[in-house]
Amino acid sequence: MALDTQNTSDAETVATSDDLKAAPSRLARWWDSDLAYSFRRSPVAMLSGTMVFILVGAALLAPLIAPTNPYDPASLNLMNGFTPPMTPNAFTGDEFFMGTDDQGRGVFSTILFGMRISLFVGFAAVAFAMALGITLGLLAGYMGGRVDTVIMRVADVQLTFPAILVAILIFGIAKGITPVGARDEMAIWVLIIAIGLSDWVQFARVVRGATLVEKSREYVAAAQLIGRSSGSIMLRHILPNVMSPVLVIATISLALAIIAEATLSFLGVGAPPTQPSLGTLIRIGQGFLFSGEWWILLFPSITLLLLALSVNLLGDWLRDALNPKLR
Amino acid sequence: MLVVGLVAFSMFRFVGDPVEGLLGQEATIEDIERLRDRLGLNDPFPVQYANFLARSVQGDFGISYRQSRPVAEIIAERAPATLELAFVSGVLAIVGGIALGVYTAIRRDGWAANTIMTLSLVGVSLPTFLIGILLIYLFSVELGWLPSFGRGETVDLGFWSTGFLTTSGLKALILPAITLGLYQMTLIMRLVRSEMLEVLRADYIRFARARGLREKSINFRHALKNTLVPVITVTGLQIGSIIAFAIITETVFQWPGVGLLFINAIQFVDIPVMAAYLMLISVMFVAINLIVDMLYFAIDPRLRAGRASGH
Amino acid sequence: MAVLEIDDLSVTFESRRGLFTAVKDASLTLEPGQIHGLVGESGAGKSTIGAAVMGLLDGSGAIAGGRVQFRSEVISALDRSAMRNLRGKKISMIFQDPLTSLNPLFTVGQQLVETITEHLGVSQTEAKSRAIDLLDRVGIPDPVTRVDQYPHQFSGGMRQRVVIALALCSEPDVIIADEPTTALDVSIQAQILDLIRDLVRERQVGVIIITHDMGVIAETTDRVTVMYQGEVVETGTTEQVMGRPNHPYTKSLIAAVPRPDRKLHRFPQISYGGRETRFAVEELAQDWPAQPKSEGPLVRAQNLRKRFVEKNSLIASRRTYFTAVDDVSFDIEPGKIFGLVGESGSGKSTIARMVAGLHQLDGGEVHFDGTTVSGASADIREAYVRQIQMIFQDPYSSLNPRHRVKDIVAEPARHLKVIPAARINDHVDQLLEKVGLGAAAGKKFPHEFSGGQRQRISIARALATQPRFLICDEPTSALDVSIQAQILNILKDLQDHLGLTMLFISHDLPVVRQMCDRVGVLRGGKLVEVADTEDLFAKPQHDYTKQLLTLMPKTDLLSNEGLEPQPLIA
Repeated sequence: MALDTQNTSDAETVATSDDLKAAPSRLARWWDSDLAYSFRRSPVAMLSGTMVFILVGAALLAPLIAPTNPYDPASLNLMNGFTPPMTPNAFTGDEFFMGTDDQGRGVFSTILFGMRISLFVGFAAVAFAMALGITLGLLAGYMGGRVDTVIMRVADVQLTFPAILVAILIFGIAKGITPVGARDEMAIWVLIIAIGLSDWVQFARVVRGATLVEKSREYVAAAQLIGRSSGSIMLRHILPNVMSPVLVIATISLALAIIAEATLSFLGVGAPPTQPSLGTLIRIGQGFLFSGEWWILLFPSITLLLLALSVNLLGDWLRDALNPKLR
Repeated sequence: MLVVGLVAFSMFRFVGDPVEGLLGQEATIEDIERLRDRLGLNDPFPVQYANFLARSVQGDFGISYRQSRPVAEIIAERAPATLELAFVSGVLAIVGGIALGVYTAIRRDGWAANTIMTLSLVGVSLPTFLIGILLIYLFSVELGWLPSFGRGETVDLGFWSTGFLTTSGLKALILPAITLGLYQMTLIMRLVRSEMLEVLRADYIRFARARGLREKSINFRHALKNTLVPVITVTGLQIGSIIAFAIITETVFQWPGVGLLFINAIQFVDIPVMAAYLMLISVMFVAINLIVDMLYFAIDPRLRAGRASGH
Repeated sequence: MAVLEIDDLSVTFESRRGLFTAVKDASLTLEPGQIHGLVGESGAGKSTIGAAVMGLLDGSGAIAGGRVQFRSEVISALDRSAMRNLRGKKISMIFQDPLTSLNPLFTVGQQLVETITEHLGVSQTEAKSRAIDLLDRVGIPDPVTRVDQYPHQFSGGMRQRVVIALALCSEPDVIIADEPTTALDVSIQAQILDLIRDLVRERQVGVIIITHDMGVIAETTDRVTVMYQGEVVETGTTEQVMGRPNHPYTKSLIAAVPRPDRKLHRFPQISYGGRETRFAVEELAQDWPAQPKSEGPLVRAQNLRKRFVEKNSLIASRRTYFTAVDDVSFDIEPGKIFGLVGESGSGKSTIARMVAGLHQLDGGEVHFDGTTVSGASADIREAYVRQIQMIFQDPYSSLNPRHRVKDIVAEPARHLKVIPAARINDHVDQLLEKVGLGAAAGKKFPHEFSGGQRQRISIARALATQPRFLICDEPTSALDVSIQAQILNILKDLQDHLGLTMLFISHDLPVVRQMCDRVGVLRGGKLVEVADTEDLFAKPQHDYTKQLLTLMPKTDLLSNEGLEPQPLIA
């Protein structure tokens, strides 16, 4: 209460003294925004932001950075198999930063390429879930009535089933439908659709909730008054105002999608060994746990953890920073 | 329930043909036809579905395509393992989650609470299977204290085989239960914390402070009870997902439960097993939803009044 | 001897833009058995003082200077646990919103008993009988049954009584009431203030009432302290401060209060703190299209009916409905302002939205300039849309926060194509100039403006299509009283210079008296009385109207400085 009144008076003085000044540029405006300020103030956010930046950058540039291309049979030497990290191979004398796996592939290189797959699946699945969730959420919230009932009933039923189970099911079905030969090629796309379909409910619920709030605001009535169509009200007026919670959910969903992809691949129902993601690598590495080749398992696991953790940290910070009640 | 059954059945009905996989390349056309007849695959779709439902109600889920044994029998044999695992980790998740959540909410800026919060983010970022592998590596491979797979010795009570009664059974339970419970625990904890912080900002908490009530009474009487209302729904869902996540844990630990059965069934397109598993899961979810509703009813007087006056 | 003394208290909040001083060197003395009003507009720091005394400052708030003394003890220096012993026991507090002040999951009795045992150390049974006595004292009928009920089973007014009972549990010496009646309807507001007054006399408690409402101050308090932007500008007995104010801010504040007993041509503008902003209606009038002559009323509402689904069901016969508007008819003559007045839930805003075409009608018709516009085809409606504009209640929600001001103002003109696209920018710039914000304001976003400035943006948007009819839905109820006076003056100028016709919705009778030519009184969705404004105030016909009129705040105490000498009858 006390804080509220203080804020309004603050705003009032700011507005009057700034009246005649020209509005600052977009960039300066952004830099000066509360969000950017809170980012600069939070070491955790900066650290995780940098981490995500590095990991995503490394994944994008994998073909340039990776010392070897693990999927080019010509560059592989089976004699290099099971080389421990940072020690020269007994037969060939080659040294690998993170050691090699049974096929003689450098673990560092496989991780870079694996992360590419993991991130691609993650981003694409979230984008898919977001597009679907936002559309359905806006429709449900704005239209209300039957549209709302049907969409939310479907969402509720799906929500009672855990996402990972839904994803496995969709994967199972897709596996049954697709011809045997095409399964490996299709696997990545099936993964994206499976994870995306299992995740849209989050977006739809949040967007619907926010849309209900925004719909009751008077600026929507002002737009209705002049006869704007429902579609343009949803897109031009409501959508921009429901984006901040969506952004938070999207970040957290990205972490969840990366984990889900890894889990599915680990269970053997995800990325095929010909296109291994981090999860596939861990699945392969688990086989060597008892025989002492720990590095084949450890490094992909750490990468996965770092990736998920820094995205999660970023999401956590974003949620706090965008929550007006906590300021 | 009916919807789930229909979805389960129809999805699998159109997914691949199990006959090919069962008989292999050399089977003659007659062999295939005979098997199709036996499995009832030649009947029209609604008849198949009606038969499926009628049999399901009687506990007959058909015969596994792969093991050629009644599905009900296989599931009955496997269910105790999963249920025991889910029960132990569920209790762990709820008790640990609520306790830690309340602690971190009340000591919001304390260093211990902040450490727990950071650790919890690591917990959320660690996929279940990775936790399992880590635990196996540490306690089985390096230290050799606990077994890394299986249920240990079980005692057969006739209708139920339990691992609770033998030392090896209990020892075998520890790692999988932690693996399964940890992720859910961090989720519940984070939820309890954020809901509680929300409640602590509410007007009636300010008013309780202004009336000079003790912090203890404010935190544990007023705030906690209000926190539980939203927490219950999500916790119900989390418990549901424990059963789903059991698939992963069971894979990592080779735990002989229904989750492992299901993932194998998926890989071999064993439709009756998949359908039965889905039906089983949906029964559980319905049961959980019922319990959640009843708990709501017990906690929130507004709902009670609402029902009584017919609104 | 004073029971509470505040000396040179300063409170600061830390924010990224530096230290913000919410209260600066404020002093106040409270005697037992006295009601002390703390009055000011938003941002004056009055609530902050209450929170500081209670030790309940949130976030980064801290007492930066001065002291608070309870009897002979300096409490501003106490630590948390010592403060807790005092809080609730000796000093108690009542919050604004009774709907959120009570814990919904505990019975009223549990909350009372818990507080009583905490402070008085009596047994559970003893505490329960005390709880019942207290409920009885604050005027709750059948306290023996009610004590075991949950808060949601009480109405708003009854809940505020329970809140007062809770504040009395520990037999405190001081009660701080933060806007105790703001969330309540006028009829209930009066009852609660009476109750507080009685309790003060009876128990010799000292009460600080924090409010923005001059009516509440004039009617209930013994002494008053006026605050402006964190500083005390004037303090004294209520009669003296309200009747013979010294400070120019107090004068401007009092002059801006709408009077229930007389109609003014315009609110006097006593400028203070550079708040006055020009609004050039005359210039606007120069290129305003002449109003076409119309025969009969411009707007005619006939037998309007609206119901909302209360409980939904797939089966139509099982749905239950709530009738929000029931057979309401009225006419609005061209160039006149028609007021609709009623308490919350009377259906007044619903009617405004029905006339605006935002709600489907369940019965009746709306005619505009002789044409039926309700349920009409799209092209007929389109011809009238630009002539009907609306100004909304909440300036914080009526402007899309993600759009720039110039796009907000331009939207109606652009969408309805009333102005060639090439000229729209100029048009918007001029409008912003004329409403007193300046063309540069167009590049900014709504959050950079105060409530009053936002309402000006709203007005600019409504005027952009050069409408003939303006629907004002509680246009000033979210604004401070001095800003309200400015906006109301602007609306009157629009009527006088542009010949606009208006539908004016309000819950505030004094405001209605100042603004409207004709008034309809609403109750439970039905129109109980329609009359010319001065007739209605002089000779109310319906009992409900009479009752509402007696509940209006008495402002006889207030100084008449700056008001026009003669009440003008329109």
